[in-house]
Amino acid sequence: MTFEPKIVGFLCNWCTYTGADLAGTARIKYAPNVRIIRIMCSGRVDPAFIVKAFAEGADGVLMGGCHPGDCHYINGNFKTFRRMPLLKRYLQQYGIDEKRFRLEWVSASEGDRFAAIVNEFTETVRALGPMQIGHEGVVAPQATEGTAKPVQDHVKHHAEPRKSVQATV
Amino acid sequence: MSNKIGVYVCHCGTNIAGTVNIPELVEFAKAQGDVVVAREYKFMCSDPGQALIQEDIQKLGLDRVVVSACSPLMHEPTFRGACEKADLNRYLFQMANIREHCSWVHVDKGAATEKAKAQLAGAIGKARYLAPLIPKKVKVNPATLIVGGGIAGIQAAIDIADSGRKVYLVEREATIGGKMAEFDKTFPTLDCAACILTPKMVQVGQHPNIELLTYADVEEGKGFVGNFEVKVRKKTRYIDEEKCTGCGICQEKCPYKTASEFEHGMMKRKAIFMPFPQAVPKVPRIDPNTCVYFKTGKCKACVKVCEPQAIDFERKDEIVDIKVGAIIMATGYKLFDAGKIAPYGYGKYPEVYNSLEFERMVSASGPTGGDIKMKSGEKPKSVAIVHCVGSRDRRHNEHCSRVCCMYALKFAHLIKERCHEATVYNFYIDMRCFGKGYEQFYQRLLDEEVRFVRGRVASVSDFALDESEKGKLVLRVEDTMVGETRRIPVDMVVLANGLEANADAAKVGRLFNISAGKDGFYIEKHPKLAPVSTATEGVYIAGACQSPKDIPDTVAQASAAAAQVLSLMSRGEIEVEAATANIHEELCSGCRVCNTMCPYSAISFDDDKHVSRVNDALCKGCGTCVAACPSSAIFAQHFTDQQIFSEIEGVLHDVRA
Ligand SMILES: Cc1cc2nc3c(=O)[nH]c(=O)nc-3n(C[C@H](O)[C@H](O)[C@H](O)COP(=O)(O)OP(=O)(O)OC[C@H]3O[C@@H](n4cnc5c(N)ncnc54)[C@H](O)[C@@H]3O)c2cc1C
Ligand code: FES
Repeated sequence: MTFEPKIVGFLCNWCTYTGADLAGTARIKYAPNVRIIRIMCSGRVDPAFIVKAFAEGADGVLMGGCHPGDCHYINGNFKTFRRMPLLKRYLQQYGIDEKRFRLEWVSASEGDRFAAIVNEFTETVRALGPMQIGHEGVVAPQATEGTAKPVQDHVKHHAEPRKSVQATV
Repeated sequence: MSNKIGVYVCHCGTNIAGTVNIPELVEFAKAQGDVVVAREYKFMCSDPGQALIQEDIQKLGLDRVVVSACSPLMHEPTFRGACEKADLNRYLFQMANIREHCSWVHVDKGAATEKAKAQLAGAIGKARYLAPLIPKKVKVNPATLIVGGGIAGIQAAIDIADSGRKVYLVEREATIGGKMAEFDKTFPTLDCAACILTPKMVQVGQHPNIELLTYADVEEGKGFVGNFEVKVRKKTRYIDEEKCTGCGICQEKCPYKTASEFEHGMMKRKAIFMPFPQAVPKVPRIDPNTCVYFKTGKCKACVKVCEPQAIDFERKDEIVDIKVGAIIMATGYKLFDAGKIAPYGYGKYPEVYNSLEFERMVSASGPTGGDIKMKSGEKPKSVAIVHCVGSRDRRHNEHCSRVCCMYALKFAHLIKERCHEATVYNFYIDMRCFGKGYEQFYQRLLDEEVRFVRGRVASVSDFALDESEKGKLVLRVEDTMVGETRRIPVDMVVLANGLEANADAAKVGRLFNISAGKDGFYIEKHPKLAPVSTATEGVYIAGACQSPKDIPDTVAQASAAAAQVLSLMSRGEIEVEAATANIHEELCSGCRVCNTMCPYSAISFDDDKHVSRVNDALCKGCGTCVAACPSSAIFAQHFTDQQIFSEIEGVLHDVRA
């Protein structure tokens, strides 16, 4: 049996989610590996969400927002983009291959592009093989709202930083 | 947390049931924690489908509802409404998209069913942590802004203003009218464009409820449905509009001339000018690039003759701030630049015209007084009309421009009418005469002995192979009806240019948060069921800015957009999104990171208590501040960390298992 990666997709409501809807309306066929979570803006994506997804065993995480300049909330996508270096650092420390994470700008009219990205990313992740939970050293962060503990701290305390950058398969 | 969740799986006829194994999905749902009931139904959005949910809410005391069906962008409002009617707060409803994101895009039934389970588990996961929210109500400002004063903007403005409500009509050019003002006749009825348009233009100009801002650009847009704030720049005309009576003497006396834009360079205009005599408003403007006063400081011929002393060379641009409850975009289209197709010789051969130039040539008020004649002054003996210039062409625009076949027929008729002897050719790919009376018009033209050659023209050149081609423009075309390549010499070539989105359409759309498609035309909320609404509530689109279309369709859309606006206005107040951000003050460290993150300046800092605070009238719920808060003190209602974490666990339910 071929390995079917499980990918979590965080898509902003106004562009990428709508673009994915358009792919549906146009009946464009693509790989069934991405499970979609709708958020209002890519700016809402806390790096902790991505770490959480990996910790729950996702083999890949796709994040979709509006093209630069097109964010429904002016510039949430820009802010999320600026946050990505921090995320990359997390991933490195956990020994998760950076290639398992993808940030793409897909507009509401790019249904065909959304499908192409899903196909291509699925193949990339398939080639990387399954994420090794535990082995890759990720512990799921918990929601910390209502407690004074910042999510990021929580993540840090629970996981042993690892030196290897590449996920070992 | 223990909930009573009801799960409803929709077949959507065979749309979902044809690909996803529904009974399996229902059994899966039943096995999830907190789910007390799971049902399937052919069409959940139908009345009986909704009744099913409502009954369960009341009989079983459900406190969360999950519907696994189409996209929430399609039916979330429907199901939220259904829940609310059964006294369940609308924010306790969650949707799993297993149609657009699953059954319609996957082929393998097993894989589609597995994905549907994951999407459903995600929705159930989120539903567990949903909390009730109470939407706020805000008053709707009863004024409307319309951007673009072509026939679309004009029609919408009159419809709305007639109801007694205020309209601001912003037009970029010095007059309203749009492209229609350039036409002589309109297909298929051949009624005179000016006769049906000018009265409407005058009506707009005189309407007590319409404030016309011409030669103006929208520069900034803020706010949300019911309460938009827009900044408009009225470019200076160097004329005091209050004083000007529109007598036109300045135009007569002005000694300087340049090519008229309205006449596509085929006539001259003065340095102080109105684009055309029926312009509305009847106020000229000075073009500082032509006016000699701006170069030398001398002349002032116009000042000397202007009795009301309306001319003011020092006048600056004016910024006008307007507040409205709704916006209609009616910015129209631009003509494809035929110069991009070099083999057609546009710009190279004087007898190759684009369609708007030809409209002016056939217009009684145009450069030739409506005579169809060549630069030499002679009437052409043969004219070729080339269809689909820049349309249905992968190198330029993939779309069909919808109106070119028809205006090409209109041109053919006018040529036949005015140059009886001339042979008229139409070179077409397919004839698309779809509107009311259009096919009949086509048949009429066939009877008028217009020649139709089926084939895309390859080139136009003045290279003559024999005597018959000397001094002519020769079209090379593959006549696909007879299956051979032909050379057809003519005196005049008219190109039927396609319609494109304005070059700045995307940029202008962005001001009001509406998006343009790949082709540059604005995207409607739903191509069939919400053709004049956009993804941004309170912003509507009408006319050719949405896609190429003829005048009847444009006017229909304009009235539709006006009806949407009036329905909004007559509600008086509307509910706004309750899913805003909120701050736990006891957790806030006062670092102010969020203050700068917020694109709407909705977060302010309380200096006394040393905490940040969200103004929920300004917050739109994007969640950017939430993701940035290092103390997790801000939470995004309806998109809390806990809800999303639980959704993540749900979509990955099968990894853990
Ligand atoms: C050669 C030709 C012949 C045609 N003949 C016919 C015919 O016979 N019958 C028929 O039914 N249809 C005909 N059409 C189609 C017709 O032109 C359109 O249906 C109609 O003009 C669409 O109206 P509109 O108001 O949407 O756009 P437009 O007429 O393009 O008007 C848009 C207006 O918005 C203004 N504007 C643009 N951007 C801004 C901005 N950012 N701010 C402020 N203002 C802005 C423009 O200056 C313009 O005044 C023809 C088209 C062509 C090219
Ligand atoms: S709304 Fe799409 S990225 Fe902000």
